[in-house]
Amino acid sequence: MTMTHADESTSEAYVRDRMVEDAAPPSSSVGAIGWMRANLFSSIPNTILTLLGIYIVYLVVPPLIEFTLVNAVWEGEDRTACAQAHGACWPYVEAYFWTFIYGRYPDPERWRVNLTFFLFAIGLVPLLVPQMPFKREGLIYMLAFFPVAALILLTGGDFTYAGFFLPMPEGELRFWIEFLLVAAAVTGGIYLLTREAGGNAKGTALSILAGFGVLAALFFVASIDFGLVEVETPLWGGLLVTLVIAVTGIAASLPIGIALALGRRSNLPIVRLISVIFIEFWRGVPLITVLFMSSVMLPLFLPEGITFDKLLRALIGVALFASAYMAEVVRGGLQAIGKGQYEGAMALGLRYWQMMSKIILPQALTLVIPGIVNTFIGLFKDTTLVLIIGLFDLLGIIQSSYTDPNWASPTQSHTGYLVAALIFWVFCFSMSRYSIYMERRLDTGHKR
Amino acid sequence: MTMKIMPLVLGAAVALAATAANAGTLDDVKAKGFVQCGVSQGLPGFSNPDDQGNWTGLDVDYCRALAAAIFNDPSKVKFSPLSAKERFTALQSGEIDVLPRNTTWTMSRDTALGLNFVGVNYYDGQGFMVRKSLGVASALELSGANVCTNTGTTTELNVADYFRSKDMPYQIVAFEKADEVVQAYDAGRCDVYTTDASGLYAQRLKLTNPDEHMVLPEIISKEPLGPVVRQGDDEWFNLAKWVHFAAINAEELGVTSANVDEMKNSETPSVKRLLGTEGEYGKAIGLSNDWAYNVIKHVGNYGEMFERNVGPSTQLGIARGLNALWSKGGLQYAPPVR
Repeated sequence: MTMTHADESTSEAYVRDRMVEDAAPPSSSVGAIGWMRANLFSSIPNTILTLLGIYIVYLVVPPLIEFTLVNAVWEGEDRTACAQAHGACWPYVEAYFWTFIYGRYPDPERWRVNLTFFLFAIGLVPLLVPQMPFKREGLIYMLAFFPVAALILLTGGDFTYAGFFLPMPEGELRFWIEFLLVAAAVTGGIYLLTREAGGNAKGTALSILAGFGVLAALFFVASIDFGLVEVETPLWGGLLVTLVIAVTGIAASLPIGIALALGRRSNLPIVRLISVIFIEFWRGVPLITVLFMSSVMLPLFLPEGITFDKLLRALIGVALFASAYMAEVVRGGLQAIGKGQYEGAMALGLRYWQMMSKIILPQALTLVIPGIVNTFIGLFKDTTLVLIIGLFDLLGIIQSSYTDPNWASPTQSHTGYLVAALIFWVFCFSMSRYSIYMERRLDTGHKR
Repeated sequence: MTMKIMPLVLGAAVALAATAANAGTLDDVKAKGFVQCGVSQGLPGFSNPDDQGNWTGLDVDYCRALAAAIFNDPSKVKFSPLSAKERFTALQSGEIDVLPRNTTWTMSRDTALGLNFVGVNYYDGQGFMVRKSLGVASALELSGANVCTNTGTTTELNVADYFRSKDMPYQIVAFEKADEVVQAYDAGRCDVYTTDASGLYAQRLKLTNPDEHMVLPEIISKEPLGPVVRQGDDEWFNLAKWVHFAAINAEELGVTSANVDEMKNSETPSVKRLLGTEGEYGKAIGLSNDWAYNVIKHVGNYGEMFERNVGPSTQLGIARGLNALWSKGGLQYAPPVR
């Protein structure tokens, strides 16, 4: 018996002392084939869609490669190089590339545009990348320093003020006296109104006064002569104009939009009415109408000799227009916040602005990030409409280059539109990716 | 004059091209130091920016001539690219001083719109382009043709008038944008491409084989293109007219930018009057006596402008045709300086 036991304990036939090796999975469920079975051919409808997709890729990609690479012309001095081309005319893009970026901004002054782009980029990085320090400094830089710096760099600064209505000689003195009068009148008026309404009159008046102070500082800085050559806005063009309009629109529309959204949900009837009228008016007219009115009708209403700068007209139009859309996006977010949040905030003894800025808006804005970015992307692409009022944005300058007889060729316009599409796509796609990244970061509470 | 910025109540800024009330355009121009010139957003040969961003073209040269006459410096001009719709508003509101923007001189524009046409710097007209392989030598042989053109312009109406009056059947193939029309014609979707003749020459460059196409001799509409100024400022109107006439007179008298200095010593009375060595003609338009000399010296005579921008040696390759001097079988004619 003992023998038998000993035999059993040493016999490998009965007891395993290590695990069986994993068998390789069936070849149909791993590797490329497995992935394709799982993702591309998992069912009959999926298979049909996959085949359709492959067919579309087959239709689009080879001709695109053929046009942009195989048949393309790479070198040349003028239209003769591309006159017989069946593919893209890259020398034309090379000759015009810097015009596409700067428009007709004078060559020796283009460093100012580059510097502006650079200042913008270094301001943007701390705001966009969560790991970077200097958030507060970055915000102050972007809101206070950068706009003034950009204005002076791009235009050349050294504005002179003529004044407006006082019966005295035109000049700086008249301007500043008028400025003080307006500031005093507005501040005083609001002080009295708030006091009548029983609000915090002193605080409101002080903040308005501070606003005028900032404005005065801005006017003063803009009037300093930095020795820069004046570059008028009709010379601006290309990507520069597109970015100026888009960034101004984006920067202005968010705060104005938030204010309008709060105004529309306010309990004060006048504030609510004004907000509703503003929003519905700007949403009710097409942007192209706004631009057209500003360029064709506005000059007829103004006294002869007074002209608004065209770019300024477009900037104001686009900013107001985008604000109305932004207001409705933000209002959507505000409506998604439960009543309990408001009541809880009030129960803590928070004032209206404290409640909004610390409790409600952070939640509401996080909810509507996709909508906000959607509006931004739409706005970025809408900037191409300024072409109709004679401003040359990126698309406008590309189209205007088609009229150069030195580069006219059969594929010139295709090449130009391809470049425009590519640049627009890069900007819009980056915005879209960044918004997804932000959503994932902020929206942890709602993740499904 | 410096750009002035004034705050409105909300801090919006208004740029004021400061004009004292009732001041003449010439005084304003002299005071601000440049001519503000409204041009097209890009029309080859007339006004289009090149790859360096410099404006070139026949209309652009007119602006430079104006600046040369006033300031003795053709670079003292600023260009406002304007769309067809906003061009007249820009002129009426004082945003620009002169509008040489390939604008057709018509009665309604000259009268009801309150504009004054300075003259005709290019006699244009609607023409036809066909493939040479079609074997057609005249528009009268186009019976039954497919005609490519732009939608909603007078070109469509002119074609209808022309073919109906000649009792020829035809088919219109119309597109929204000029680019599409060219592509359709190039792809063989129609036999004939019609638009203003100057445009035909420019668009021909975008065809796959420009040499296989020809412009037919028939011109079926009158499109006299010329610079425009506001009505009601006769002093400025006169000046604008005579800068145009000076360029034509110079060509007629054989004065070019190359020989203008020698010609200053010429004994021919008409040359002496033009170049200001005799008489006080500059004073009458508010300028110095060598105004025409400056125009010719810096910009050249009309023939030189034509050659440089649209003539046979350029990419456009347009023959003088109607735009030759009256003495050479064309229509360009200027009153004498005397």
